[in-house]
Amino acid sequence: MRRTPLRGAAVLLGAAVLTTVTACGAAPEGEAGANGDGAKAATAASAKDFGGMDALVKAAKQEGALHVIALPPDWANYGELIKTFETTYGIKVESENPDAASADEIAAVKSRKGQKRAPDVLDLGIAFARSGAEEGLFAPYKVEAWDKIPAAQKDEAGRWYNDYGGYVSIGCDAKRIPNCPKTFADLLKPEYKGKVALNGNPTKSGSAFGGVYAAALANKGSFADIQPGIDFFGKLKKSGNFIPVESTPATVEKGETPISIDWDYLNAGYADQFKGKGVDWQVAVPTDGVYAQFYSQAVNKDAPHPAAARLWMEFLYSTQGQNLWLKGYARPVLLPAMTADGTADKTFVAKLPAVTGTPAFPASAELDKAKATLAEKWDKAVS
Amino acid sequence: MSSASSTPTGGTAGGTRRRRRGPRTWLAALPLIAFTGLCFGLPFGALLYGAVTRTDPGTGVTSLTGEHLSRSLQGPYLGSLVGSVQLSALTALIASVLGVLVAQAVVTSRSQALRNAVLTASGVLANFGGVPLAFAFIATVGISGVVTQLADLSSLGWNLYSFTGLAVVYLYFLIPLMVLVILPALDGLRPQWREAAQNAGAGGWQYWRHVGIPVLAPSLLGGFVLLFGSAFAAHATAAALVGGSVPLVTLKIADALSGNVLVGQENVALALGLDMILIAGLVMAVYLPLQRRSARWLR
Repeated sequence: MRRTPLRGAAVLLGAAVLTTVTACGAAPEGEAGANGDGAKAATAASAKDFGGMDALVKAAKQEGALHVIALPPDWANYGELIKTFETTYGIKVESENPDAASADEIAAVKSRKGQKRAPDVLDLGIAFARSGAEEGLFAPYKVEAWDKIPAAQKDEAGRWYNDYGGYVSIGCDAKRIPNCPKTFADLLKPEYKGKVALNGNPTKSGSAFGGVYAAALANKGSFADIQPGIDFFGKLKKSGNFIPVESTPATVEKGETPISIDWDYLNAGYADQFKGKGVDWQVAVPTDGVYAQFYSQAVNKDAPHPAAARLWMEFLYSTQGQNLWLKGYARPVLLPAMTADGTADKTFVAKLPAVTGTPAFPASAELDKAKATLAEKWDKAVS
Repeated sequence: MSSASSTPTGGTAGGTRRRRRGPRTWLAALPLIAFTGLCFGLPFGALLYGAVTRTDPGTGVTSLTGEHLSRSLQGPYLGSLVGSVQLSALTALIASVLGVLVAQAVVTSRSQALRNAVLTASGVLANFGGVPLAFAFIATVGISGVVTQLADLSSLGWNLYSFTGLAVVYLYFLIPLMVLVILPALDGLRPQWREAAQNAGAGGWQYWRHVGIPVLAPSLLGGFVLLFGSAFAAHATAAALVGGSVPLVTLKIADALSGNVLVGQENVALALGLDMILIAGLVMAVYLPLQRRSARWLR
């Protein structure tokens, strides 16, 4: 889901071996919640089904553990979220493979079906959430705050709903770049030759894909037409402004990628991280290409800790959980509602990069089409 | 290399003797066969199965299909296979030539200290890869790298984030690998052969043309095949450096298998894996008959 993990082919092969071996020896270990309570927890579609929040907390405490996957501690403040959950409820969070991608999460759900070490909850890219729901991998569960989640950002049945997100932004080191670019059109200027990078390859990295999509919107494209974005980067590559190296904290600190297109919560995080290290990292959400993307939360249908999984969901969508995301510069899905009723933490809201207008989201079919077009055309445009 | 082994080739007597010893030798190889079967056979089976079948997400029915394989040989996927073969062949060729020159220099110097130093360094460098290697190059010869700035490399047209740049990075670990594998073969060239050639009136070039290179050819090719495979399978370095701007098959596999963008492309990734195995197999097929020839000379 995250920063694309870089692994050698050897590791891929190793993973293939492991998958195969585990697949063979995957005798389903008896269902974790074989008793009556567990069976009830596994099908509970809201806190009410437990008999209220207190009963849910009690059932979750009894399970005592929660398996999460692909939650980097330095991403959207997940480190603090996990710690707060542990201390509040006394439930141990077992975090596995924090740098995994969405595809890895889905693979883990499928390959460990029925096992005790399967992940309980998932934080997925929207496309993976949709396809996973279609395949029937998730349990429908509606959190207490369900009604406040905008209709466009949730599955009607409650199998997945958006959790937090951000905007495509342009990060820029003001110490090295005298005039920081504010729009996609700015990026074409000759003064940025050899300076503009993406956070990875858009055919693999979600944020880089967002960058191309936003560039399309900035260049007369639409959600249904990503081609202008691909052409834009083709033009940037030809002029020498775009460098295909993957921007990472290391390249930002070194000054190799003085301009990096990335999610605003990551760029804003860099600003804090590098303050004392000679990097003056400024973040702008380009006004000509406003594109927001949210991740989605889902509960594994065969979660080994069904009650803890549901409690985790309630925790994430509580005011406390939402504000913790906000602290990590991510925009929680309930932010509009919380701004309206005054529960959003104002100090964190003030730190978010400014955005004009409300975000629009592509339909599932538009997103699929954009990805297919990108996979087909990207290599040619930038090689 | 193993080409220096003394396996008897041909000869009826040797053949029959070996046949009688057969069953017991086979027994000794059992652990190896079991290991290979488990660690290569099983994944290969799973790969093959995934590459030629499709499971309908709605009904869960699995059916046989050639769709993934044909997709893996079209459009950008085909382009990435071609790109990988080009990059691997080119870098393997250059590294083979340079590696032999370095190794030959070490052999002729007859200095034990130099030999040890080169071998140790090669052992380390040949295994230096992945993201650390990519970042080392970014920090030194990237756009704002130390050396780029000092020597003003960019005005000379240098660009690390290109096919050429990536080839240079690959050479950094391929040349030491070639030195490691070719040094024993160079040791196997007997001084007597050279003296004999000189006595017969051959010059330096003629000696290499008619004696040295023909004898070395199988080892050279073996080294080339190893380098080709090493470059062909490399992934992390390229992913960090050039993204999609140099299409490589390993990057495509990673996109489909563990990405955040493409959904449901796992089987195409498996088909690409199968393509890679076929290409590697073809390269090996050229090498194996030549390997047999070497035993005659380097016994």
